[in-house]
Amino acid sequence: MDCTGLCEALYRGGMDQGLAQFLSIFAGVLFVSGVPLVTVIFLIWVERKVAARIQDRIGPNRVGPFGLLQTFADLIKLLLKEDITPTSADRLLYNLAPLVSFASVILIWAVIPYTPYHYGADLEIGVLYFVAVASLGTLAIMTAGWASNNKYALLGAFRVVALLVSYEIPLVFSLLIPVMLAGSMSLLDIVFAQSGMWFVFLSPLAAVLFFISSQAETGRAPFDLIEAESELVAGFNIEYSGMKFGMFFAAEFLHVFTNAVLITILFFGGWLGLLWNEPIIAFLWLGIKSALFYFVSLWIRNTVPRLRIDQVMNFNWFFLVPLSIILLLVTSGVVMIFKTVGLVPLDAAGNMQLAGANLFDMLPLTLALLAVNALMIAPILNRWRNIGREARLANERRQQARMASPAVGD
Amino acid sequence: MEFEFNVVTVAFFVFSFITLAGGYAVVTAKNLFRGTIWLMMSLFGVSGLYLTLSAPFLAAVQILVYIGAIAILFTFAVMLTRSLTNLRDLYVRPQINLVGAVLLFVLIVVGVILPLFAANPQPPVSDEVIRTVDLGVALASGNGFVIPFEVASLLLTAAMIGAIVIARDTDDLV
Repeated sequence: MDCTGLCEALYRGGMDQGLAQFLSIFAGVLFVSGVPLVTVIFLIWVERKVAARIQDRIGPNRVGPFGLLQTFADLIKLLLKEDITPTSADRLLYNLAPLVSFASVILIWAVIPYTPYHYGADLEIGVLYFVAVASLGTLAIMTAGWASNNKYALLGAFRVVALLVSYEIPLVFSLLIPVMLAGSMSLLDIVFAQSGMWFVFLSPLAAVLFFISSQAETGRAPFDLIEAESELVAGFNIEYSGMKFGMFFAAEFLHVFTNAVLITILFFGGWLGLLWNEPIIAFLWLGIKSALFYFVSLWIRNTVPRLRIDQVMNFNWFFLVPLSIILLLVTSGVVMIFKTVGLVPLDAAGNMQLAGANLFDMLPLTLALLAVNALMIAPILNRWRNIGREARLANERRQQARMASPAVGD
Repeated sequence: MEFEFNVVTVAFFVFSFITLAGGYAVVTAKNLFRGTIWLMMSLFGVSGLYLTLSAPFLAAVQILVYIGAIAILFTFAVMLTRSLTNLRDLYVRPQINLVGAVLLFVLIVVGVILPLFAANPQPPVSDEVIRTVDLGVALASGNGFVIPFEVASLLLTAAMIGAIVIARDTDDLV
């Protein structure tokens, strides 16, 4: 294992090499998990402000300038609240669940590259790591629901598992497209492979599928069956109070932002932009793009009503899953043809090598894949239009029938 | 062999402890739901051990498949069983279990560990570094394991279709 930077400094200072290594890695872990923790405090403020504006309110504006310190006030309130554990709850698992829930989100940040030079770890299985770690969140919610010993909590947990497990399928299939195009699962390589053309232009459908299914994975509106307040009181976290509730809450908020960062990295070129060689500008680009998707996510959350469980499941199994599988097959077929013909940038070994490619090299593949995506989306849009028209006509017919024979009172 | 204190050693002991403690807790848990949670902990430890062996792909798949999919199914199955919490003593027979455990342990030592390590106390370490890409190439290239790989997927698909056919309501077929 190499020993540079902080580790080298400690080693030079006369520390044991193993210990120096351990300490430097530990400091890195603290930093990498600290960034999202600090971010989430302000994200909660942003979310509340945006939600307030959408609902024609002002939002938090009392604590600190523009209400910026409101989250700190809430944090202190949550910390001071009584820590209740129901008497018949499974004490150990009950207390473990919020930790696992939060950890499953924080762990994703280990592989997120902030800039080309600053990242927690550049795993060659980065994308797979993300999928694996995110699946721990399901487990946390299941545990919380069961350990609370409450029927609403358990019902909420059952719904969640059905929802999360199903939406993982389109999520993974849409993730496979950037992986396939970049020829690597490392998030760093995926961003570099987009230097010629962002993957969203190569496969806009995959980006949309990823956005929808990641929105479902967070369990927020329109997929907030998990904590449907009007049906399940509060869902899986009903028995939780104080900071343990706060951890579920923060995990959810952070998950939304993590998804925004991930879609930026996978489809929108991550930190790529003007002058991205400068770390601070690269970080700025990543921040701006992620903020955009975070905003879209909040926008959807605050404007779209909750779907019923059967609607959510039908939408997934009869639409998202087949579409994502077909998209993956078609995209890989097109890429294969272009590779054989030689219209894409190739490396010496004849493999596709998009990193460092320029816009002109990427043009044939982009146009072909865009055409394929358009061909796939056209019949879908047409079908939706027909469904809408039929519904409208049926409604009009009903209205006319009602006009013709007015209801007779009893 | 010289004992070396570094991050990998610490990680090895931590993950070994997680694996073994989880495994012990699974067999002693009186509560089935807790048992599945401990099982997940044990599997998590195994994935950590894969990491210390420089097999990140296996580690991620271990978490994804065993914890993310199989163990979640376990929790569903466990919740469908009748006696979830207080397992009756009927199922706990220390003497028989002890004999079984000792026999299994001896079998593993005699059948697996001794033949592998006794003749060759230090297994040769290959100089070749195998990356995840090599694994993918081996599974998908024509002169690799593409046929076993495809046959296995076909078999799994057939099993899945079979499961759907069995579970399906017969009224739909008429």
